[in-house]
Amino acid sequence: MADLGVVFAGLKLKNPVMTASGTFGYGREYGRFFALGGLGAVVTKGITLEARAGNPGPRVVETPAGMLNSIGLENPGVERFIDEELPSLRQAGAPVIVNVSGHTVDEYGEVAARLDTAGGVAALEINVSCPNVDQGGMAFGVDPATVATVVGGCRRRTRLPLITKLTPNVTDLTVIARAAVDAGSDALSLINTLVGMVIDPVARKPVLPRTVGGLSGPAVRPVAVRAVYEVAAAVDRPIIGLGGVATAEDALQFIMAGASAVAVGTAFFVDPLAAVKVVDGLAAWCERHGVDWIGELVGAANPAFKGPRPGRA
Amino acid sequence: MPSVVRAPIRESVRVVGGPDGRIAGPGMAGDGLGLFHRLRLQAPAVADAARPGQFVHVRCAPPGQWDPLLRRPLSLHRIDRSRGEIEVLFRVVGRGTGFLAGLAAGDEVDLIGPLGQGFPTDLAPGETAVLVAGGIGVAPLVALAEELAAKGAPLVAAAGAQTAEGLLAVESLGKAAGEVLTATDDGSAGHRGFVTEVLAGLLDHVARPVVYACGPEPMLRRVQAMLAEEGRRRRGYLSLETRMACGVGACLGCAIRQAKPGTAYYHVCHDGPVFAAEEVVLGG
Repeated sequence: MADLGVVFAGLKLKNPVMTASGTFGYGREYGRFFALGGLGAVVTKGITLEARAGNPGPRVVETPAGMLNSIGLENPGVERFIDEELPSLRQAGAPVIVNVSGHTVDEYGEVAARLDTAGGVAALEINVSCPNVDQGGMAFGVDPATVATVVGGCRRRTRLPLITKLTPNVTDLTVIARAAVDAGSDALSLINTLVGMVIDPVARKPVLPRTVGGLSGPAVRPVAVRAVYEVAAAVDRPIIGLGGVATAEDALQFIMAGASAVAVGTAFFVDPLAAVKVVDGLAAWCERHGVDWIGELVGAANPAFKGPRPGRA
Repeated sequence: MPSVVRAPIRESVRVVGGPDGRIAGPGMAGDGLGLFHRLRLQAPAVADAARPGQFVHVRCAPPGQWDPLLRRPLSLHRIDRSRGEIEVLFRVVGRGTGFLAGLAAGDEVDLIGPLGQGFPTDLAPGETAVLVAGGIGVAPLVALAEELAAKGAPLVAAAGAQTAEGLLAVESLGKAAGEVLTATDDGSAGHRGFVTEVLAGLLDHVARPVVYACGPEPMLRRVQAMLAEEGRRRRGYLSLETRMACGVGACLGCAIRQAKPGTAYYHVCHDGPVFAAEEVVLGG
């Protein structure tokens, strides 16, 4: 049996397959379909300091091999998350990575500080794709200096491993990636959704009330693989690759581009067992191709891969 | 609303009847768009667990293909526990429903269900169920009528559509409910006008009505207003339809605004699709 275990940013994972933030709630819903302990890690939906109601509907619209979402960070706030969701997540049998979201620099730091002492949180994923209310709603993640401020602010408030989730809606991802790493990010995850729009010709207006939404699903996969390839050649930090991962073959593209782990997201909506099938498929693929350990494949297709390779768990 | 804790069933089921699309929907023609279809599926586990008002989330692409990407939520039109079959009723509006319309008997369909909260069907002595369907909104009301009839509950039904052709499944509804009062916009069948006008008449004559409605949003808003009428507040339930992604409460995509003060949302797949009429703000 091939070994799928990896050490990612200090976390011992039984396999490199995680859940993508925002597609998996807090584990409850898909926990009815399969045992969460079979995953490498569970990444939660984004948590903000206060509860957020989210955006008016419609919040989703299908696109070719993909979908747009405009959920608006609906979440119960960090305190209720800790009281009501974290206890069952701690029992999941997989490390829990909490996605931290905010609308001011201080909010990120405050959420990080509360989660630092909550117990049972393995790492934080910082979602820098949120609109920055102090800068007219422009996403934090498009400006290297702002990313550094957000990541540095979290770094000072927690000893937990920090994973910065990068938005692809920038000219050069490597500049943002370096800024996050220099500010103390232990790892990176990419990509978040691509900004997109669907217009209803009959209504003569965009389908989503906020006009734009985040594009995800198989449609974005080539963009995401390219992004991982570029960033893996620019920074020497482990990467979670995501964006349209639906099968083991998809996951292998990310791994060979330089990702030490992958996350399954939108594919859950199509197949609740998608992540389980990716895990099984990776094991089968390694068997078939004489690969003893999945870590050997990290960066295999990327001559400029900077490393590091994951540790063997 | 009670919370269903039972795990949804995910299974590959076989088509045993349909698609049987014949009726062209109003305003659409060509390429099968606008056709209504009934699909009968051998799904014993789902049939066994299902309640009227719940839905199944149906994959609309062949295995291994990811376009069209999302499942389509279809309410249970009929639940036949003795034969282990369910029926869904749908209209071809795009690629997903187009795929379903192209299925044939013996084909496999990947579905998850039953999902969501169904209609509360316990009536107090003296209460009468009043079912109101608009267009394809008749779909879940037939399953409801059949369950109410089986329980011996008193019920009346009204169905409306733009034209007589668009009055769907009136025979099935009538078999369970007795007479079905109809309304069409063009007067080609029944009352000329809206089905809510027929409902108004029923509400005047039925002593303690419990209204169950499913149909287009303007119709449901009107039903909501009628139920909330000052001094004669009545019990009623609405079955809602929204764009939906996961169908199981994870993605939070199918938001509908809660009526109680504040700005919180319900999620149609998990908290609904059936809501007490006063619980939700439609069009928000």
